[in-house]
Amino acid sequence: MSKSKTYQFDTLTLHAGQQPDPTTGARATPIYQTSSYVFRDTDHAASIFNIERTGHVYSRITNPTNAVLEERISALDGGVGAVATASGQAALHLALVTLMGMGSHIVSSRSIYGGTHNLLSHTLPRFGIETTFVDPRDLDAIRAAIRPETRLVFGETLGNPGLEVLDIPRVSELAHEAGVPLLVDSTFTTPYLSRPLELGADIVVHSATKFLSGHGVVIGGLLVDGGKFDWEQSGKFPAMTEPYSGFHDLVFTEEFGPAAYITRARNEGGRDFGACMSAHTAFLVLQGLETLPLRMQRHVSNARKVVEFLGQQDVVEWVNYPELPSHPDYDLAKQLLPKGAGAVFSFGVKGGRAAGQRFIERLELVSHLANIGDAKSLVIHPASTTHHRMDAEALKAAGITEGLIRISIGLEDPNDLLVDLERGLRASQRT
Amino acid sequence: MKLIIDEQQVFCSTAGQKIDPRRESVVFVHGAGQDHSIWVLAGRYFARHNRNVLSVDLPGHGRSQGDPLPSISEMVDWLRSVMKAAGISQASIVGHSMGSLVALAMASQFPNEVKSVAMVATAVPMRVSDSLLAMAEANDDEAVQLLTLWGHSARAHLGGSPTPGLWMLNSSTELMRRSNPDVLFTDLSACQNYSTGLSDAGKVDCPVLLVLGERDAMTPVRATKELCDALRRPFKTVIPAAGHSLLNECPDQVLDALIPIVEGG
Repeated sequence: MSKSKTYQFDTLTLHAGQQPDPTTGARATPIYQTSSYVFRDTDHAASIFNIERTGHVYSRITNPTNAVLEERISALDGGVGAVATASGQAALHLALVTLMGMGSHIVSSRSIYGGTHNLLSHTLPRFGIETTFVDPRDLDAIRAAIRPETRLVFGETLGNPGLEVLDIPRVSELAHEAGVPLLVDSTFTTPYLSRPLELGADIVVHSATKFLSGHGVVIGGLLVDGGKFDWEQSGKFPAMTEPYSGFHDLVFTEEFGPAAYITRARNEGGRDFGACMSAHTAFLVLQGLETLPLRMQRHVSNARKVVEFLGQQDVVEWVNYPELPSHPDYDLAKQLLPKGAGAVFSFGVKGGRAAGQRFIERLELVSHLANIGDAKSLVIHPASTTHHRMDAEALKAAGITEGLIRISIGLEDPNDLLVDLERGLRASQRT
Repeated sequence: MKLIIDEQQVFCSTAGQKIDPRRESVVFVHGAGQDHSIWVLAGRYFARHNRNVLSVDLPGHGRSQGDPLPSISEMVDWLRSVMKAAGISQASIVGHSMGSLVALAMASQFPNEVKSVAMVATAVPMRVSDSLLAMAEANDDEAVQLLTLWGHSARAHLGGSPTPGLWMLNSSTELMRRSNPDVLFTDLSACQNYSTGLSDAGKVDCPVLLVLGERDAMTPVRATKELCDALRRPFKTVIPAAGHSLLNECPDQVLDALIPIVEGG
């Protein structure tokens, strides 16, 4: 065992970032439900505003409850710091706009969350940021898509809903050869199953709405900075390396070293965009994180049982799960996701779209809704919901067929889940 | 600010202000394997309070070119050259760990150039374990990880960063990982080999403040007794529950301790 080992992952999920409350002795993280904070005097106020002293000014930028969550996810992901945001999409937006502006270009996996596809393909072009979508398995395509104005390579640890396993070590090499960072959405895997920063990624975003909080009761996001990317050597990120008039000509890389990116994201993004997480949400995400290892183990073991069951059903045409030998990324999943390939997967039922609809509508235990990562099992038909704004060509490119059903396996007794799924499958074949 | 010293480019942060010869000055010197960025908060405070600020990157560290300097005395000579090039004739010298030895040595040898000294997380002599030196010599990342863990109090291993949202252990690790090969070993060796510390301390006339962490495992409070006895005008502040990485764990308490010695001398 390494002499330099610090606390283990499971301990950090419970303790990282929090000391018992010095005023009350409260063991749980208090919810600091306050917008603002009293200064000792005018000089104290000025010193906090000017980043001379630590402390809180306004909860849009920092909040003590959020700070515990931000430290905890940093510890779990292996980052130098984090910012909690109003949603996963807010985290992604903050990640992007901290890095780039008009004229910039992104190379993105084409197998991504539908909302992210919308942001990249429809909304950001309005602000002068273009995206080229590529097959995340095609490393040559990724390399070929990188242009002089490219400022980021982006992908998801597991593609949505195709479950392509992002080869983070190799994709990060391509990004770094081009002098740009790799941003990875780790929502499907959480740091329990994958730590992208240790595999070569530079920045991670999470939708905390999903497995991190784990109970389907909050909307939140997290942006985590690995602190490794050399912004100065790249020379492509003046926002990080040149004086910023919005902060008295402060140069973030000069002043904040490895924490330059996350400091800029907080101080500019929190101030100007303001998509902050509420303290109550941060508290609920922290509650979820305390049981993350236990829940993820059960999510994965339940998912494996359901995958096996579906694979044995004649009416199931195919099952797409990276732990199956038939999956194109089977070997990569074994290498990069040794604890499991998550609890979200897709499958197809004989009879196409209509059969899929009958299947979903007959389920009693598995809820039909637009979310994943809940303690309760969830199901959806992406082509008509989460990815419905993608045209036929984009759907095909993302591997989303008309009959594809995406399911997020929860923590129920697995036998009860199998009974419910069997009921749905029988119904799917009735005309 | 970028300067040329010994034909090598040197970087110093001035906390966004120009050097004004009419103002008093404070010079910050970082510790082993680190750079000027550890002083960002204190530097910005003193800059706003009408002090010239010079937070240096020692050669081979941060943005400064060149090879790391092998001894504390060579760091003193280099620092004097930097101050001269920056237009600073006298300053309060504030050093962390290895940097504190530079401050002490400079005050003993060049009293007219040093108004006061603050030694943050210090001990004289500053002993380094053989195993750590061996790992650093091999450029083994374990040395960085050990320094990070030993450098933070046990409490800080669970976080609670005063800077909201930062995970102190990884921030510290990543900063040291930015060093070029051999920098850490050269720095630690310079600390280990600085053998004249106590005699230097006896020659220092200006006030010397020690800012110590109560739970510092690398330079424990008890290891400063001989230093305090040797100094003519010692002052000491012990920050409760803090470890060696005082700028990470307790930057505000460090700043509060520094203000009287820098502003009042």
